[in-house]
Amino acid sequence: MSYNFKETMNKPERLAPGHRMCAGCGGTIAVRNVLRGLHEGDRAVIGNATGCLEVSTFMYPYTAWEDSYIHNAFENAGATLSGVEAAYNVMKKKGKLDETYKFIAFGGDGGTYDIGFQSLSGAMERNHDLVYVCYDNGAYMNTGIQRSSATPMYADTTTTPVGTESVGKPQNRKDLTAIIAEHYVPYAAQTTFFQNFKDLHIKSEKAIYKKGAAFLNIMSPCPRGWRYPTEDIMEICKLAVETNYWPLFEVEDGKWILNYKPKNRLPIEDFLKKQGRFKHLFQKENEHLIETYQKEVDRRWEELLRRCDE
Amino acid sequence: MAKRERLSGNEAASIALRQINPDVFPAFPITPSTEIPEYFSKFVANGQVDTEFIPVESEHSSMSAALGAEAAGARALTATSSCGMALMWEELYVAASDRLPLMLALVNRALSGPININCDHSDSMGARDSGWIQLYAEDNQEVYDNFVMAYRIAEHKDVRLPIMVCQDGFITSHGVQNMELLEDEEVRNFVGEYQPEHYLLNPKEPMAVGPYAVSNYYMESKYGQVQAMKNAKQVAIDVMNEFAKISGRQYGLFEEYRLEDAEYAIVLIGSAAGTAKDAIDRLREEGRKVGLLKIRFFRPFPGEEIAKALSKVKVVGLMDRAESFSGNGGPLCAETMAALHRAGNTAKTVEYMYGLGGRDIKVEDFWHIFDELEEVANGKVVDGYSYIGLRK
Repeated sequence: MSYNFKETMNKPERLAPGHRMCAGCGGTIAVRNVLRGLHEGDRAVIGNATGCLEVSTFMYPYTAWEDSYIHNAFENAGATLSGVEAAYNVMKKKGKLDETYKFIAFGGDGGTYDIGFQSLSGAMERNHDLVYVCYDNGAYMNTGIQRSSATPMYADTTTTPVGTESVGKPQNRKDLTAIIAEHYVPYAAQTTFFQNFKDLHIKSEKAIYKKGAAFLNIMSPCPRGWRYPTEDIMEICKLAVETNYWPLFEVEDGKWILNYKPKNRLPIEDFLKKQGRFKHLFQKENEHLIETYQKEVDRRWEELLRRCDE
Repeated sequence: MAKRERLSGNEAASIALRQINPDVFPAFPITPSTEIPEYFSKFVANGQVDTEFIPVESEHSSMSAALGAEAAGARALTATSSCGMALMWEELYVAASDRLPLMLALVNRALSGPININCDHSDSMGARDSGWIQLYAEDNQEVYDNFVMAYRIAEHKDVRLPIMVCQDGFITSHGVQNMELLEDEEVRNFVGEYQPEHYLLNPKEPMAVGPYAVSNYYMESKYGQVQAMKNAKQVAIDVMNEFAKISGRQYGLFEEYRLEDAEYAIVLIGSAAGTAKDAIDRLREEGRKVGLLKIRFFRPFPGEEIAKALSKVKVVGLMDRAESFSGNGGPLCAETMAALHRAGNTAKTVEYMYGLGGRDIKVEDFWHIFDELEEVANGKVVDGYSYIGLRK
């Protein structure tokens, strides 16, 4: 697929400026870039789980969305958009609608990995022709940085605070992209803001236009929750990929494909040390935790290579 | 041309739905409502309807998908009972505040615990404040007729509220009765095509549904809902009058049975009305002035009209099939007493709780109730409220 950075970035915005998301928010970058995957002339209905994105983009009586948009509740973006897609099918069948619509749900990791997991799983298994996009910022940011099942190990959050008896979140994060791939959906992929956004753009377009259920997991850093300077977002994302913390891969029609292999894999501490939520790991007595972390990253990378036949 | 049939309430509901041919029907099974999506799936499998049936993974998702479909511009519904409705609780409020006229086929069943599959009204009564129109039925004919009328009321431009079409679990849902069906064509003409004014899949006008609204707007949205609910009263009356013309069956917001000269009356909802009518007929033969007021619409609550209908009654027995644990009676009792008080009606009232978790209520029970209402008129003081048929 050919990719022209300038042309892609100059497409008309489908999320208008003037919304209330934080400066430097990864979620907004994810949304704007996913919507660039829509072909001009095609319409969309956007579904949205409750979260930062919803409360900041559709505050009555204003909406930032150029397309039709529905927010229902926290845990049901998958089911809600299933209903919209079913309505589209029947309206088409009855000859009530000529136009082409695509269906895109956005949810944070709270609405996707956790409370909305059942609804997402149902929508994926039923293979509705829609794409569910998770903007994964690794915690419940809307309510103030509480841990989720997407929160990385040892992160300092408001419900896994670092203390004399705590080194942050004790558990590993859930691998949701793999879990959705195991639903045998036509398309599942994970990406982030990397290089010139080519990976994100191509995957968005593919996910939107692939017939059947598609899932896109986009690591979308949150400067407030991760505690890094806003302007460092591209560096953070790059380090996530170059350390193998967040590998870029896709699973299309059952085939696992690795999209990027770092030439010189960087140690995980390069990713961790940029972020305030991991600050405690760099105290002398916690050095072994970084070793444990590295082992986990390596284990998952090996597993991914095996799946991708690399 | 009417067709005579022998059907269960669930069959009658399913046939009405086939005749209506709704657009989207997501559902998840739960006793005793399961048969409705089952029967309907056969209509889908045999090409008798155009409906998209979505076999979702939970009731929360069935209501969520129905809501999404309705917002998209389709005519949608789902079906459930009891805990299924409890799981979709959050969505009931969202559907009403989004002003989406979707339908819920509710087969009333007791809420857990202990887990119990039989009839009472604890599921729908708990949802009485969710902003849905609530329509109840005594028998299978009324179930069928309510389904035919429901969308017309909900979708009316002065209303635009979701509607819960309720029937008593097992008693009507599984009990088979003789009844009359309308022709498919008659139903389709009566219900008509759904033509929403604003919807997601309108290429001429994108729209956004389900906003975040701060204190500056929230209260106005609730006021809008209550105005719509008030409007639903007249709309329902008009629809019922129109329905009478094609069916020969006239309904109201409630039914008055031998109430015109009654000195002692009971008020209740649902299938127990049949038993009550039988008891009243026997007592009337003995010359006793007894009657029944059977509520059909609990939302909107026809308080003024009920107070008027009971204006000449000396003692009223208020019968609830759902506890509210206030120690002060159930929801029907509370709302009816408030309506009587507001109207300045000084009739004495006695509260009864009956039929919880499917406990039978018999003709004799109603005789005892009417006896007690007379005793109260003669000075007997009743302590609080009583449970009918309680094991001692």
